[in-house]
Amino acid sequence: MMTVLLILVPLICGLITFLLSDKAARAWAFVSAVATLLISAGCAWIFMQDPASLTLDVPWIAQLGARFHVGLDSLAAILCLLTGIAYPVTFLSCWKHPFARSSQFYGLMLLMQAGLMGVFCSLDALLFYGFWELVIIPSYFLCSIWGGKKRIAVTFKFFVYTFFGSLLMLIGIIYLYFQTPGAHSFSWEAFKSLQVDPAAQRWLFWLFFAAFAIKIPVFPFHTWQPDTYEQAPTPVTMILSAVMVKMGLFGVIRWLIPVLPEGVQYWQHFVMILCVIGIVYASCIALMQTDLKRLFAYSSIAHMGLMSAVVFSGTEVGTQGVLIQMFNHGIIILGLWVVVEAIEQKLETRDITALGGLATRSPRLAIALFLVCLGNIGLPLTSGFVGEFMMFTGLYQYSAWMMAVAGLAIILVAIYILRMLQRVIYGEVNALTEKVQDLRVHEWLALAVVVGLIVLVGIYPKPLLDFLHQTTETLLAFIPVP
Amino acid sequence: MKALIFTAVFGIFLMLAGLFIKRQGALRILAVLGMAAAFVLNLTDFSLYGTQATALFHDMLSVTRFGILFSAVVLGCTLVYLLLSGKDLGRIGHYTGEYYALIFFIVCGIMVAATFGNLLMLFLAIEIMSIPQYILAGSDKHNLKSNEASLKYFLMGAFSTGFLLMGIALLYGATGSFEIREMQLVGDMLDPMALGGIVLIAFALSFKVSAAPFHFWTPDVYDGAPTAVTSFISTIVKVGGFVAFIRLFHVAFGNPEVGNYWTTVLAIITAATLLIGNITAVFQQSVKRMLAYSSISQAGFMLFAVLAMNALAGEGILLYAAAYSLATIGCFAILLKMKDYTYDGYNGLARKQPLLALVHTIFLFSLVGIPATAGFLAKYFVLSAAVSAGGLLWLVILAVCCAAVSAFYYFRLIWAMYFKEGNAEVEEAEITPRFKGMLVVTAVLVILLGIWPGLILMWM
Repeated sequence: MMTVLLILVPLICGLITFLLSDKAARAWAFVSAVATLLISAGCAWIFMQDPASLTLDVPWIAQLGARFHVGLDSLAAILCLLTGIAYPVTFLSCWKHPFARSSQFYGLMLLMQAGLMGVFCSLDALLFYGFWELVIIPSYFLCSIWGGKKRIAVTFKFFVYTFFGSLLMLIGIIYLYFQTPGAHSFSWEAFKSLQVDPAAQRWLFWLFFAAFAIKIPVFPFHTWQPDTYEQAPTPVTMILSAVMVKMGLFGVIRWLIPVLPEGVQYWQHFVMILCVIGIVYASCIALMQTDLKRLFAYSSIAHMGLMSAVVFSGTEVGTQGVLIQMFNHGIIILGLWVVVEAIEQKLETRDITALGGLATRSPRLAIALFLVCLGNIGLPLTSGFVGEFMMFTGLYQYSAWMMAVAGLAIILVAIYILRMLQRVIYGEVNALTEKVQDLRVHEWLALAVVVGLIVLVGIYPKPLLDFLHQTTETLLAFIPVP
Repeated sequence: MKALIFTAVFGIFLMLAGLFIKRQGALRILAVLGMAAAFVLNLTDFSLYGTQATALFHDMLSVTRFGILFSAVVLGCTLVYLLLSGKDLGRIGHYTGEYYALIFFIVCGIMVAATFGNLLMLFLAIEIMSIPQYILAGSDKHNLKSNEASLKYFLMGAFSTGFLLMGIALLYGATGSFEIREMQLVGDMLDPMALGGIVLIAFALSFKVSAAPFHFWTPDVYDGAPTAVTSFISTIVKVGGFVAFIRLFHVAFGNPEVGNYWTTVLAIITAATLLIGNITAVFQQSVKRMLAYSSISQAGFMLFAVLAMNALAGEGILLYAAAYSLATIGCFAILLKMKDYTYDGYNGLARKQPLLALVHTIFLFSLVGIPATAGFLAKYFVLSAAVSAGGLLWLVILAVCCAAVSAFYYFRLIWAMYFKEGNAEVEEAEITPRFKGMLVVTAVLVILLGIWPGLILMWM
């Protein structure tokens, strides 16, 4: 029952938000987000005691055999927790941001949360597809109404890309549905135990992977991402990059690898090469960026590329690394956007070359940015290190030269992040940054949560790794170890 | 089949009542009550007919549960239509009673099409549906475009009716029967005469449902006809054409060996319809004309239900009929209140009329096929019927690409309403609380069907 609450609370609270006044909406949305966080933490707790009690399975469309079937595995529980954490942090960071018609803004944000939770909880393919699409609709409106100058065209590109991908997935779902024995079924269990003809798996793979690759985004399907991140209002970018893109990886782990193992095996090498190209390509472009949002957007492509490469590698340590990195990357990127939002609120610019000397004028902001960036680089004792180290080990086990090429990214990420830090935090104070104020309480709180999690998981990752072990084991049963 | 008789009689009654009752409001209420009564009468038929066909009127009609359910969908959608746009229909000219009466005749024709058991009844059904449409299309007598629409529709319609009759004659020659159940065409004895008949009938019905390449009349007629009429003929009448198509082809030509002959032709027609409808719609500047092309592209999706001969296809067309009709009738009801029919006329509607913009968005989502709206499950059912029939995967992938294209022209309206600055001019006096309430009910129906299609399908 708790799992249903994860979806219902944001859904109902979101619908109520539309009716509230703009001022009340903000507080109401924050309360709802905190409540959802508590529920997701509760779910994770119950999961450790008695996972079966989190499952709910009731008939939905009898004519099709579709069921409202939700439940959690350890990865889903962690991603729900990530979603739970991301929302209060996001709302805190934009607490003073004057959104026009903010009741609609917060309402749509909460509806998106309901969709995200639904994606992670669904154990029925049709239900999964429904939630998958429902995430796009609020984000479409959020980006198009409150976004930057080029928002309409950019957001539509984002929408068409993802919509097209998910329609292809729908065909895949229909096809697999008719392969299930007896009275057809959409359930994950039934899909998982299918023995699909290996030749069919090869093309079915792309029907599913198109949708996931666009979401992740894997090179060359990434072109929507930098534009959307840049044009979207920063709180929305936070959710998109911290949680929504994880849907793609989650889809691969939940619905692709267990369902089409032979298809995965056939395309594994090809996809990994694409991902590695994407890592290097995105890192190189990131070197040239002067806009903070675009810089972090490309940095995110590189990180997501590494995760999707390793998830196909089939190595135990690598897979374990991907799972923990999905959580950690979400937290780190959240921190980066909080800083961007704070800087943009104070200085009304995101241009790196226009900034400088923040360390003397707003030390707390500078320290927070510094710590989060260390996490992004993957320095030991930050949470970024744990996952990245394990992923590179896994990649090495799969193929040494791939690891060598992808390893370039470690150097490149250090170059562009440290150079950005140098320009933004150090350097001369200029006319613009002269009068900048330090972090306000709400921004400080948001960053404290993020930095705390980065350090905590970085120093002692074992509980998280143990928690995720269950998903790793299920996954490795389906993918051949090289 | 009480509702069938009732609609025919009530149509005549309304026509006569128009002579004596001069107040439009009274006539409208009469029409709404009549339609509601027909709906209720039809409900009482549910217990009488099962999945096995019951022959009525000397085998002229062969009634199944599907036919009754389809009639219920059509009657329900017409009721929604009368409540939303009935006022606008009555105001087109001076003959209010007649307009409503013609609607009743058309509905009667659709009910025959849903239950015919004999090719002659098919012919009658198509004619009962078509002739009132020619009149309605030209009902705005002093408008040149309306006259043009009527004449064009009549000439094209007469032409395709000729095809239909010739096809029926050839089939009779080949099989010696008009009864669709007795034809029992079998693959190896399919002579050229029967084949010619099937192809001619397929072409004639493609005309009626505006499938490409027989669609050329559609944009002009839908654009020229008074908007309140377009709303009706592009939705309910079109799905009426589909039910005739499906019943004839699944019952009479449903043998898999016979199917091999016509499914290829129909698959090509479907592909052309999807491509032409969607691509042309992208370039329209007038919302009314866009909706005309959208009706062609939606017809492309409904053709999947004809192509796939299985139970899912039947359920699919039921859902599609309801989803497509409700959403499009809703779009037209709002369009009727707009002063400017171009996309720019919708600029900024969300500021001025938030509720109208919201329900309009729900209707558009349903037409695109976003989950949690009826349109999604409708598309899902017809596409999965095609996948399960086998051999049509290429067409399904094409359809999905077209659905992504369709997002462009539907979402252009959402841009206009929500993201663009502007001063959308609406007939303020027309936006009554009753009208808004009715729109909300329609939107709720669209969402309810999207979450729980059992609302219709449980009656099968």
